[in-house]
Amino acid sequence: MASTTPIDTPPASPVARERARPKTGRAGDKIFLGLSRGSGILLLVIMASIAVFLTYRAALAVSKDEGNFLTTFDWNPAGDPPVFGIAVLLFGTIVSSIIAMAIAVPVAVGIALFISHYAPRKLAAPLAYVVDLLAAVPSIVYGIWGALFLVPYLEGLNLWLDQFFGWTYLFEKTEVGVARSLFTVGILLAIMILPIVTSVSREVFLQVPKMNEEAALALGATRWEVIRLSVLPFGRSGVISASMLGLGRALGETMAVATVLSPSFVISGHLLNPGGGTFAQNIAAKFDEADAFGRDALIASGLVLFILTLLVNGAARLIIARRKEYSGANA
Amino acid sequence: MAKRIDVSGLSAYYGSHLAIEDISMTVEPRSVTAFIGPSGCGKSTFLRTLNRMHEVTPGGRVEGKVLLDDENLYGANVDPVTVRRTVGMVFQRPNPFPTMSIFDNVAAGLKLNGSYKKNELSDIVEKSLRGANLWNEVKDRLNKPGSGLSGGQQQRLCIARAIAVEPEVLLMDEPCSALDPISTLAIEDLIGELKERFTIVIVTHNMQQAARVSDRTAFFNLAAVGKPGKLVEIDETERIFSNPSVQATEDYISGRFG
Repeated sequence: MASTTPIDTPPASPVARERARPKTGRAGDKIFLGLSRGSGILLLVIMASIAVFLTYRAALAVSKDEGNFLTTFDWNPAGDPPVFGIAVLLFGTIVSSIIAMAIAVPVAVGIALFISHYAPRKLAAPLAYVVDLLAAVPSIVYGIWGALFLVPYLEGLNLWLDQFFGWTYLFEKTEVGVARSLFTVGILLAIMILPIVTSVSREVFLQVPKMNEEAALALGATRWEVIRLSVLPFGRSGVISASMLGLGRALGETMAVATVLSPSFVISGHLLNPGGGTFAQNIAAKFDEADAFGRDALIASGLVLFILTLLVNGAARLIIARRKEYSGANA
Repeated sequence: MAKRIDVSGLSAYYGSHLAIEDISMTVEPRSVTAFIGPSGCGKSTFLRTLNRMHEVTPGGRVEGKVLLDDENLYGANVDPVTVRRTVGMVFQRPNPFPTMSIFDNVAAGLKLNGSYKKNELSDIVEKSLRGANLWNEVKDRLNKPGSGLSGGQQQRLCIARAIAVEPEVLLMDEPCSALDPISTLAIEDLIGELKERFTIVIVTHNMQQAARVSDRTAFFNLAAVGKPGKLVEIDETERIFSNPSVQATEDYISGRFG
């Protein structure tokens, strides 16, 4: 067919050409363009308004804080002068999340690999279903279970850890008392994020192209070697994303932590000692009784959690992007 | 290194579906044997029974014997992992490990098989890449990812990876079907060199390719869709393409069906 249409614009990608003239096209295109653009703008507006709201209210509180907002081991915005700081909350949030991740991620990857590559099909399907079901259990249920079952049950473990690993300092228990510690919170958080990390990891492992696995098999790889050569490298970025989902939940978890932890404003490297606090738990515990200024102070702590979450996500993206050249995506 | 393959009475199933039935043939060492036949005739399935890759497919199982010199690959005490270390395979689509560098791709099989010193490893990697006619193109970027190469280079990388472990037999499942003509030519030349050292079996849809590279050709066919594939005949390539003993072979080669 001879071309009769003169080409008056330099060649560009079809999408770019469409972008250059969004006003033309059919009604459906226009409506969809409006909808998708509107959704995008709405999202940015929501994000920006949250950030502005948090920053404004936080600034109100922090400017009147007589203590150092970052280093004070106390939370007394109603005092005269008001003194409050996030040091304990930041410490507790990070420590409990690290414990949770350290326990949950390896176990979740193990479960996901078992479901995707080891379990017979008859077992894999119901197992995957149960894992997805666990992910849907409300956190308050975990919290009650943690307080009524996990806390008394962990006392034995705590004694054992103290006895054999007390020399590590971390597991030395210097205070008597039930196991309402950051360590217990970490274990509970690990159990809570386990399903979501497992579920996402399993999805990723199932997407490993057959030809990648056969490449390893044909070289004489055992099942574990296939996983090491093909499955884990392919699933790496997916597992990181899954972990970030879990970490996001662990950082922000409120009810379960509030139910289990006996809060106190101390920082202790002895993880088994009761006490400590997290951002979300502290907000939940204090919000109701707080006056307007007290709420602003809590919002300031919420802003720090917000920033912490952003930093963690950014770091995860960096890790994924750094090895993009090697990712399975361009295979 | 190269070994003779003796197949007798081999049938392969997918679940209850019989894919290939009662195949017997001999593959000579240090030669190229080509499998040709219409789609679905089971030639790839048969190829995959020669290194026990068929049973990797869910429901896949095999009856019959495959002797590598005198050892039955399907013997009771034979570990399929060991078989696959002896019988290498190159696939239809190039499948280098995407997360690994070129060097690590070639070294992958060696690392599975045992521990090597670093300089030993580099020697074998260089030898294998030279053997796959890829060394000159990649020697300056051995630590770059293998997935960054062109399709033809990737396929030669996969061949280098397969020959690095010095297998007895090299199976190739339509190794050029995803490649352009120039890369295809490079691989065909390579096959001619590799047969000095290995027993090579190649599945191909391209009859000219079978005629160009192989010493012997096996023609597979199936009676109808859903019926099991069978070996029609195997003979010297020259004879298959000039004067086959079965009419169906001649019909297929002259393009009357398939």
